[in-house]
Amino acid sequence: MKTINLERQTVRELNQALHDQAIECTEREWEVLDPKGQHNIACGLDQNISVDIKGHAGYYCAGMNKKAHITVHGNVGQGVAENMMSGMVRVKGDASQAAGATAHGGLLVIEGNAGARCGISMKGADIVVKGDIGHMSCFMGQAGALVVCGNAGDALGDSLYETHIYVKGTVKSLGADCIAKEMRDEHIDELTALLNRAGVDEDPSAFTRYGSARQLYNFKVDNASAY
Amino acid sequence: MSEDIKVTDGLRESATFDRTTMNEIRRAADTGIYDIRGFGAKRKLPHFDDLLFLGASMSRYPLEGYREKCNTSVTLGTRYAKKPIVLDIPVTIAGMSFGALSANAKEALGRGASIMGTSTTTGDGGMTPEERGQSTKLVYQYLPSRYGMNPDDLRKADAIEVVLGQGAKPGGGGMLLGQKITDRVAKMRTLPMGVDQRSACRHPDWTGPDDLAIKIQELREITDWQVPIYIKVGATRTYYDVKLAVKAGADVIVVDGMQGGTAATQDVFIEHVGIPTLAAIPQAVQALQEMGMHRKVQLIVSGGIRNGADVAKCMALGADAVAIGTAALVALGCNHPKYDEEFKKIGSAAGFYDDYHEGKDPAGISTQDPELSKRLDPVVAGRKLANYLNVLTLEAQTLARACGKNDLRNLEPEDLVALTVESAAMARVPLAGTNWVPGQKF
Repeated sequence: MKTINLERQTVRELNQALHDQAIECTEREWEVLDPKGQHNIACGLDQNISVDIKGHAGYYCAGMNKKAHITVHGNVGQGVAENMMSGMVRVKGDASQAAGATAHGGLLVIEGNAGARCGISMKGADIVVKGDIGHMSCFMGQAGALVVCGNAGDALGDSLYETHIYVKGTVKSLGADCIAKEMRDEHIDELTALLNRAGVDEDPSAFTRYGSARQLYNFKVDNASAY
Repeated sequence: MSEDIKVTDGLRESATFDRTTMNEIRRAADTGIYDIRGFGAKRKLPHFDDLLFLGASMSRYPLEGYREKCNTSVTLGTRYAKKPIVLDIPVTIAGMSFGALSANAKEALGRGASIMGTSTTTGDGGMTPEERGQSTKLVYQYLPSRYGMNPDDLRKADAIEVVLGQGAKPGGGGMLLGQKITDRVAKMRTLPMGVDQRSACRHPDWTGPDDLAIKIQELREITDWQVPIYIKVGATRTYYDVKLAVKAGADVIVVDGMQGGTAATQDVFIEHVGIPTLAAIPQAVQALQEMGMHRKVQLIVSGGIRNGADVAKCMALGADAVAIGTAALVALGCNHPKYDEEFKKIGSAAGFYDDYHEGKDPAGISTQDPELSKRLDPVVAGRKLANYLNVLTLEAQTLARACGKNDLRNLEPEDLVALTVESAAMARVPLAGTNWVPGQKF
């Protein structure tokens, strides 16, 4: 295992070392010590490596991740795993707003709570949150799945496209064009698989599914008040 | 009043309720929805035509037109990037998406720009192989929607442009109507086919300049600090926006005036939001100069640039380069009179067509229809664009030499005068024949 201490080395040096693994992989297991909330830690990775960040991370931790498995043993700031393409990011603590924003692929697991706009404009990634999520989550969600084991804030799934949303707890309010939907067998199967991948022990039948009513897919003047 | 009705007929058209206005009222009454269209502002605005160059005479020494060099190259991104982008000419191609434009049109833009040693720019929806393949210098737009955004393409780019807004609709998002969401466009944007694709008006994972500074650091980290990062803003509060963009860490700032084009936006937005390009440049330059960053953070200006005089005037006011969008499309063949009959069939006319969002462009440019797209030969159209870019450059050089300048960037406000009080005040140059700059002391 390779250890980098961010009290002694810079984020730039860390990221360059991790990026170099995409060219020639010399070490599969990495440990980052003393991150102390610094921004942009382990972003832009493109190799099947594991990175353990021992502490809190700032904005855009694991941003645009490909292939790598990154675990943050603490909380994260805004935009964790934003635009992730593949791989897995696990946050042991809480995540600030815009967790998994625009992410195209991979799995983001937040073991604590997530702030506002969790999964905003997500495009194919899967997000599992063990706690609660904030308002405007999954706004314009296009694809993938968002699983919330706690409660969801206001305007969940506003202007939703095709992301599947599963919430176990309460939803303060639904956004425009987001509705509760029937939980069919294929959805139970999908949710079961997601919970298993995330290592979360929950009963899939206790969740409610939400999705797009598809009434705003094409502009209609009669829907003007919803826009 | 149009030529078919003469004032001698005793008819008087209202200046307030002219025929265009009345048509719009009737259209609104019929449909109940605002008018969406492409193109840029069509209203008459103070513009570069309101400025003139003061050629050399007794007090200034001109350069020989065909024998003395006048440099046109410009290097962008010298502030932080390991690999700044070097353009042979200071005219770049503005961001226009595959989706809004056909793949052939995007390829033609790349071909034309590459012939002339300048850059082209992606748009909403991501980077196409045709565009990357034909563009020797490609700027990758980082937009609020992040449609098609991926780190592989980010690393393939020669520069990254973080788009905060555009001149046609500062503060607004966009919409690509369902008829242009073909299978390929839908896949690139991860959307169902045929839906109206909404583009958000602000970025999903940052708010405000402090966040943007961290976002720019992220983009630099992901690209290992190799390429320049631009920030593009629509011209509104340009002085403040430029200062904040510099503070956020931009290598290059792109200011797009309200004449800048769009693929689709509400007409009311295009005509009533933003400020003219002419008014924006001095604000941007002032902000850069006050921060000691003029020429260190390069300034690209766009919005209504049509000829070499416009290019030279932008540069005289302090820009390092300009970007063209609408003019580039016209060079490819947009609104060409040879399609006039077909334009009429879709309720328009050559020279007036602006319904880019409908995807029925007879010229095969703003469409995804495979039959219409075939009409544009990307090799021929690319050559036409290169020719046009060449003319812009030659014209700008001609004017610079006449002002005694051996580099386009040596042009300065002192070389300009204004024809109107409004343009003098906006451009901050004297009214022709006077020493009077409105708003400034003698």
